[in-house]
Amino acid sequence: MPRFMVFIKGDEGSEAGAMPPTDLFEEMIAYNEQLAKAGVLLAAEGLKPTQAGAKVRFDDKERRTVLDGPFTESKEVVAGYWLLQTSSLQEALEWVKRAPLSGGATLEVRPIFEMSELGPEFTPELREAQQQLREQLGG
Amino acid sequence: MAQTSETVEAVWRLEAARVVATLARYTGDLGLAEELAQDALVAALEQWPAAGVPAKPGAWLTAVGKRRAVDHFRRTETLRRKVGELGRELAIDGEGYEADLAGADAAADDTAIDDDLLRLVFTACHPVLSAEARVALTLRVLGGLTTAEIARAFLIPQASAAQRIVRAKRTLADAGVPFEVPDGPERRRRLASVLEVVYLIFNEGYAATAGDAWLRADLCAEALRLGRVLAGLMPAEPEVPALVALMEIQDSRRHARTGPDGEPVLLLDQDRAKWDRLQIERGLTALVRADQALQSAETAQSAETAEPGPYHLQAALAACHARARTAEDTDWPLIAALYGRLVQQTRSPVVELNRAVAVGMAEGPEAGLAITEALTGLRAMQDYHLLPGVRGDLLFRLGRHAEARAEFERAAELTANTRERALLLARAAACGERPRRA
Repeated sequence: MPRFMVFIKGDEGSEAGAMPPTDLFEEMIAYNEQLAKAGVLLAAEGLKPTQAGAKVRFDDKERRTVLDGPFTESKEVVAGYWLLQTSSLQEALEWVKRAPLSGGATLEVRPIFEMSELGPEFTPELREAQQQLREQLGG
Repeated sequence: MAQTSETVEAVWRLEAARVVATLARYTGDLGLAEELAQDALVAALEQWPAAGVPAKPGAWLTAVGKRRAVDHFRRTETLRRKVGELGRELAIDGEGYEADLAGADAAADDTAIDDDLLRLVFTACHPVLSAEARVALTLRVLGGLTTAEIARAFLIPQASAAQRIVRAKRTLADAGVPFEVPDGPERRRRLASVLEVVYLIFNEGYAATAGDAWLRADLCAEALRLGRVLAGLMPAEPEVPALVALMEIQDSRRHARTGPDGEPVLLLDQDRAKWDRLQIERGLTALVRADQALQSAETAQSAETAEPGPYHLQAALAACHARARTAEDTDWPLIAALYGRLVQQTRSPVVELNRAVAVGMAEGPEAGLAITEALTGLRAMQDYHLLPGVRGDLLFRLGRHAEARAEFERAAELTANTRERALLLARAAACGERPRRA
């Protein structure tokens, strides 16, 4: 059954570290409960403002540059996510439509590549290499 | 905004269980409620593509279903008092569904719907129904699956799937099964029947072989979804989150349990890097909830220590393996002890055989073999290929290769699975040459 990552984008408020007003917070908790009770919610998290994070830039094969937050392009900043599992994209969209949001807020719904769908580019050799890497990392 | 029928069907899947549950309480008849809900779906498929999905689609569907219920009772003229009851709830003479919607909305308080859903679960899984009837009906009314989807998942013709559901509804009606949640000891017995259905659905998907595996893996996801719904409805019953934990952890091994050619890979030989760690985490979280529910039950019963149920013990077993980073890290003494408790409850020789394997790992092959000796005489185990399979392994480890070979060959003879047979014959061959007869 397909899984979907649903991203909520940040704005100036979330970037400034402002918590949503209590009523929206409560509505959001109720919404998440609805998702959980329907058995479709696998995970949901909110992310701290980019100020609390950092970026790593890969300049070339060796050199890496760490760029501390905040990141300027706040429109493109992810502020939280849901991981849903539903029978179809349509069903995921129906759930997402029920989120207690308004005022032009936008949620992005992205299907997750399942192992069975990875195309010929993901060769057996690549699979093997990825497994070995995971083993080194201890799973 | 124009809607496709796909959107309508997606909304249906979200709402089906709640709509059927509400209608079943109104009519007191699950079979009728299911048909009324189908009528409502047909109405939605006719109207929503042009008119758009209503703001409260669940309430809309329920209102249409109730209206059809009134029509039905009027037509059949059998239950005048039912019309009276329903008539008070609905503006029977009104045009459109707006008046109904207001009423439906007010009535749609979440606790009431949860209660109805619980009644739906217990009724659809009533022991008066055969296991396959319970499974089909549950997927239909709780999962919102179409007959075609059920047929595909179980590799049966669509007509057979439809027939199962029709027969199940008739059986419920004939037996006069009330639409309610049982109390007391009856509740425990019936809960076992509910959980059995969910686990049957899961295993149907889990046991799928290579060709149809991807299609049927959806049944595992469907079972997990039902399990999570039940856990939300019955948070105080330890066996419910325990079953969710068991299924999550088993399902986390999906990508590791078959090799590149679809051959089965045994648990201890699995590449643990392929286990889904996130899913394991969800499983362990569910197990914690089960433990907490059990502790609360203990507190409530004060003196008596509540013993974990069979799903709880199985989930704890699965968690032992999930926590071990490598096969060598496995806590075999704990696993052997858990199997010991499970044997106490189930009295199952198959569980005892599993205990033999665990004891064989914890204390050595000799101790494991001793447990299997008692099983070889049991009639129920005569044709069970895993008994000689396990004995072969234990004998091999004891260096008794000739005996091991005979056991592996016997196991190969008994199994119906060709891949498993190949595996067993390979192990027999690894025991060395068959000793020549004198």
